[in-house]
Amino acid sequence: MRNTKVVSLEEAIRRSGLQDGMTISFHHHFRGGDKVVNLVVAKLAEMGFKDLHLAASSLSDVHAPLIGHIKAGVITRISTSGLRGELAEEISHGLMEHPVVFRSHGGRGSAIASGELHIDVAFLGASSCDPLGNASGCPRSDSAKSICGSLGYALPDARYADHVVVLTDDLVDYPNVPKSISACDVESVVVVDSVGDSSKISSGAIRDSKNPRDILLAQQAARVIINSGYFKDGFSIQTGTGGASLAAVKYIRESMLERGIKASFALGGITAHMVKLHEEGLIGRLVDVQSFDKVAAESLAHDQFHQEVSAVEYASADHSGSAVHALDIVILSALEVDTDFNVNVLVGSDGIIRGAIGGHPDTAEDSALSIIVVPLLRGRIPCVVPKVTTLVTPGAGVDVVVTEYGIAVNPRRPEIAERLATAGLKILDIKELSDKARSIIGKPDPLPSGEKVVGIVMDRHGRVLDEIHEVK
Amino acid sequence: MEIKNAVAGTLESGDILIQIAPGDGLQIDLQSSVAAQFGHQIRKVITETLSGLGIEDAWVKATDKGALDCTIRARVTAAAVRATGKDVWKD
Repeated sequence: MRNTKVVSLEEAIRRSGLQDGMTISFHHHFRGGDKVVNLVVAKLAEMGFKDLHLAASSLSDVHAPLIGHIKAGVITRISTSGLRGELAEEISHGLMEHPVVFRSHGGRGSAIASGELHIDVAFLGASSCDPLGNASGCPRSDSAKSICGSLGYALPDARYADHVVVLTDDLVDYPNVPKSISACDVESVVVVDSVGDSSKISSGAIRDSKNPRDILLAQQAARVIINSGYFKDGFSIQTGTGGASLAAVKYIRESMLERGIKASFALGGITAHMVKLHEEGLIGRLVDVQSFDKVAAESLAHDQFHQEVSAVEYASADHSGSAVHALDIVILSALEVDTDFNVNVLVGSDGIIRGAIGGHPDTAEDSALSIIVVPLLRGRIPCVVPKVTTLVTPGAGVDVVVTEYGIAVNPRRPEIAERLATAGLKILDIKELSDKARSIIGKPDPLPSGEKVVGIVMDRHGRVLDEIHEVK
Repeated sequence: MEIKNAVAGTLESGDILIQIAPGDGLQIDLQSSVAAQFGHQIRKVITETLSGLGIEDAWVKATDKGALDCTIRARVTAAAVRATGKDVWKD
């Protein structure tokens, strides 16, 4: 092979033509184990770049070193689905001059495809890559060090960015097939010690719960699904990553076996729970934008009916062929739900950013039935409130709210309320839930928020939905 | 009422750790994960609970992890009983 694209990171950056003020992008498939963002931004700082716009599919606790790069002026703008940890706290307190722009996964995909979010240089970590740039999140040799499975959130970047650099810790012989990212989209390949710690992809939001309250919530959510009218042969489902939402899968499985019902596909972030149902023949296809654990990543590598999709194919509002349009049921978690059924999954009730939009608004809006599973209180923090701290998912797309004190159904869906009541479920007005929470915790004092806007929430159609103000 | 050093509660989420020591007047040193929105209410519950037990002079350190008012009352009462040796449940 005469020509390869394999160069050092510094050379890749030089070849990319990156200049001050430009937009760089990253994916978050390694979640809490990601090593690419910190590595690349440290190199950019060393090379003297300033005023860069960092457009990541999401950011988490491990990205605290960005604080230093923001203070030094290397990074001056951020676009992401979410923020957690120290970086999120600093930004909530007004670290940045420009507000962070938050988009859903589908919203980011649409914005990249339409050119609204233009990426100059994408730096994409991959578990395997050949010298021409065919890249995958699956391991392809005995020396593979990392595995993240689906590269769904990186695919719009690979396709639409002006310049694409793939970073890998396992350079394999050409051709690395089947590929996720095509060599035709890739300009440079950089070999690094590690792109990510695979053992940490299931950290962050995902917990497997033994908490009795989560189990109660899961049972109630399963009863809602089973009696909703949408639980019939060939249905499709997506679950979020909350403990209760994962536990609900167990109860749904029991009912599927009992009634001989099979699902056509499961969508979104795929977990070991879904892989198990698929392997038992209860779910026909897995449509995977993000592999949430090692079992899911390995299934994607070996099972032809476990299919990777891009963020655009998953949840774009602009593309009528995106998978969410075929989705029947979605179970989602929340930080807060309000009495208009609006949901916040991004900002804590103390005003500190501590979450991610993810596919929440995308799936809620386009699915036939969206169910929010949330405890009434977390400690002293109320989760059903008169008004959400930050609007992320408009109530028009939210159908049912399940709490341990009762279930509320959006008045826009009277037929669902009727079916659930007929099945003997306790249906309350959502105001009763909010009042119940208030009666236990008392009235909170207003947040000590300032004038400065630290974040802007975009809806999935590219419009501004809400602003996040700094907390003093 | 004579007060000795005493402790009740834990640092688990949803609980509050109350430490009581002798003091002049009532001093409350509060650290709370929900201080911005509920600090005022938490101080009020601590003050009222102690005052109901006849304690006006004490130094109280409260490390709160989002406890509800009923939990705060229980932990403050337990710490007060240990500090004074006076069993309010029995007497």
